[in-house]
Amino acid sequence: MTEPLLDVQDLQVSFATEDGLVRAVDGVSFTLDRGEVVAIVGESGSGKSVTVMTLMGLTRSPNARFAGSARLRGGDLVTASEQELERVRGKEIAMIFQDPISSLSPVMRIGNQIAEQIRAHEKVSKADALDRAADLMERVGIPRARDRLRAYPHEFSGGMRQRVMIAMALSLSPGVLIADEPTTALDVTVQAQILKEIKQLSSESDSGVIFVTHDLGVVADIADRVLVMYAGRLVEQGTLDEIFFDPQHPYTWGLMGSVTRVDRDPPRRLPAIPGQPPSLLRVPEGCHFRPRCRHAFDRCREVPPLESRVPGYPEHLDRCWLDLADKHAKREVGGRIGLAEGDVIK
Amino acid sequence: MARFIVRRMASAILLLFAVSIVVFAIFEVIPSYNPARAIAGRNATATTVAEVSHKFGFDKPVYVQYAKTMELIFTGQVIDYNDNLNVDSQFAQRFPVTVSLVVPAALIWLAGAVVLGSISALRVGGLADRGLMVAAILGVSIPVFLLAAVLLYAFAFKLPWFPNTGYVTLPDNPAQWAYHLFLPWISIAILSIGFYSRVLRSNLLDMVNEDFVRTARAKGLTRRQVFNRHVLRNSLMPIVTMFGLDFAVLLGGAALVTETVFNLPGIGQYEAQAIGNLDVPPILVGAMFTAFFVVLFSAISDIVYALLDPRVRLAG
Repeated sequence: MTEPLLDVQDLQVSFATEDGLVRAVDGVSFTLDRGEVVAIVGESGSGKSVTVMTLMGLTRSPNARFAGSARLRGGDLVTASEQELERVRGKEIAMIFQDPISSLSPVMRIGNQIAEQIRAHEKVSKADALDRAADLMERVGIPRARDRLRAYPHEFSGGMRQRVMIAMALSLSPGVLIADEPTTALDVTVQAQILKEIKQLSSESDSGVIFVTHDLGVVADIADRVLVMYAGRLVEQGTLDEIFFDPQHPYTWGLMGSVTRVDRDPPRRLPAIPGQPPSLLRVPEGCHFRPRCRHAFDRCREVPPLESRVPGYPEHLDRCWLDLADKHAKREVGGRIGLAEGDVIK
Repeated sequence: MARFIVRRMASAILLLFAVSIVVFAIFEVIPSYNPARAIAGRNATATTVAEVSHKFGFDKPVYVQYAKTMELIFTGQVIDYNDNLNVDSQFAQRFPVTVSLVVPAALIWLAGAVVLGSISALRVGGLADRGLMVAAILGVSIPVFLLAAVLLYAFAFKLPWFPNTGYVTLPDNPAQWAYHLFLPWISIAILSIGFYSRVLRSNLLDMVNEDFVRTARAKGLTRRQVFNRHVLRNSLMPIVTMFGLDFAVLLGGAALVTETVFNLPGIGQYEAQAIGNLDVPPILVGAMFTAFFVVLFSAISDIVYALLDPRVRLAG
């Protein structure tokens, strides 16, 4: 069994604020191998962004507290010094952010921004770095790349800017590529193109990809494995098929249920998960999802451990006390997986 | 970029034209005010008044007056009737002194503001930051006449480290030139360092939270690289605009208190004396002089801003 590329063990991230301790990430563990795409899904505030930003060391601040480990190539990202992180960022682990408009420096030419990353890690001349930048831009599908090296970010469209970000991130063939909702700010057609680029490029460079999103359609498109996060915890984890066809956690049912299906009659009202995610300052006792879960019972006041409860599927983990039979019974509402019934238009 | 420059300079010229009309109106078209008499000065005889009247065209229509006034100013024929000196040549003589005062002081305050503002922002909340911010407020609050007088008293009189006023021209003796100007430079710089470092600090702190700074860190750049190339660069732009105006006004003679206290024969001292004596010709020329620099430097700072921020080049 080869060692995984990235091994996150019981990662915990909290922020000390005036109002108390915010437990943004509460014991997340997962692994990532070369060439695989792991999607992290969850609502806003579930801790998915904090998790991945912590891997890059971008959440460090005077009021942040960390526990657990994230081992990459033998070093621990959580406890690494700032110098070590600077060496690793952009070279072994790279990230693309959500909003390409604000994620690029407005006063620096595109070519220079890409070249800057290359030259931060390798001793190459400016001309060589710009040359490589042009090649990278071509690879991500930017037409007339060589001419556009001297352009500024505001002269590009959103999709092009995101391609530039991808080119930059993959410039040094990092082992791990983190994509934090890279298509949320783009329209759907561009989104499809960008996803294709990410899939293709990461398989070419054999990188592992961590893809953070709240869009299940995107997950279905590119993920090999899925991590479902809720209120700072991993509530379910498994392969794409396991999660989509045999979800074990009520929250996952709710997520599946909120997606409109092309092959069914459209509901008049989209089924939503009732309630709000809890404040991370005062998390519910036991299972974090308990207040919103229609299937909650007394045992739910005890924190369910993340375990495999499906016989024969040791990698399919979930945090729900319901036994297997109950799960199968309660999983469907009105013939489809979900938590609540939408009003179906007949 | 070239188009931007041309456009900006063209509008600067138009602006100067508009400003000149306003200056003219202030000095010569106010009702129940006899401009000829005012210009002719306190010791004017009737003949002088008539002479002025004719020269400036006060017996002619307004637009002719304007044309003649501008012609006089720009061809160096405005005479100060109180001491019979040619105003324009006085300005020309005194200008190098003001430049000697203002330019190095400006460089000192810019460099100082960048250093102090950066240190404060990098160690925000710490002792250095709070100390510097208090010092900055003091610098901004102290009236310049007090500061200049105190510096003169303390460092030229009580502790005879610096000369007791006076000016030495640069070609004569560079060392003496700097020696005489040192305290005046400090007077001007202290005021502006305070203000500029606070503005820079504020911009830097805002900039640190920007997405592209996060991207820069994610690329693996060192803290210093991130600071210099991304944070600082983007924070300097508002400073450029402020600096253009401050500098222009100083060149026009706004350092008049400093010049007076230290007895430096510059534009400011001349204008201060003229104001004290209600001597109109120098004030008139002074107004146009300052206006010229303000218009010029706001065009220049716009151009520099466009050089720094490419997004601006698309607009006007």
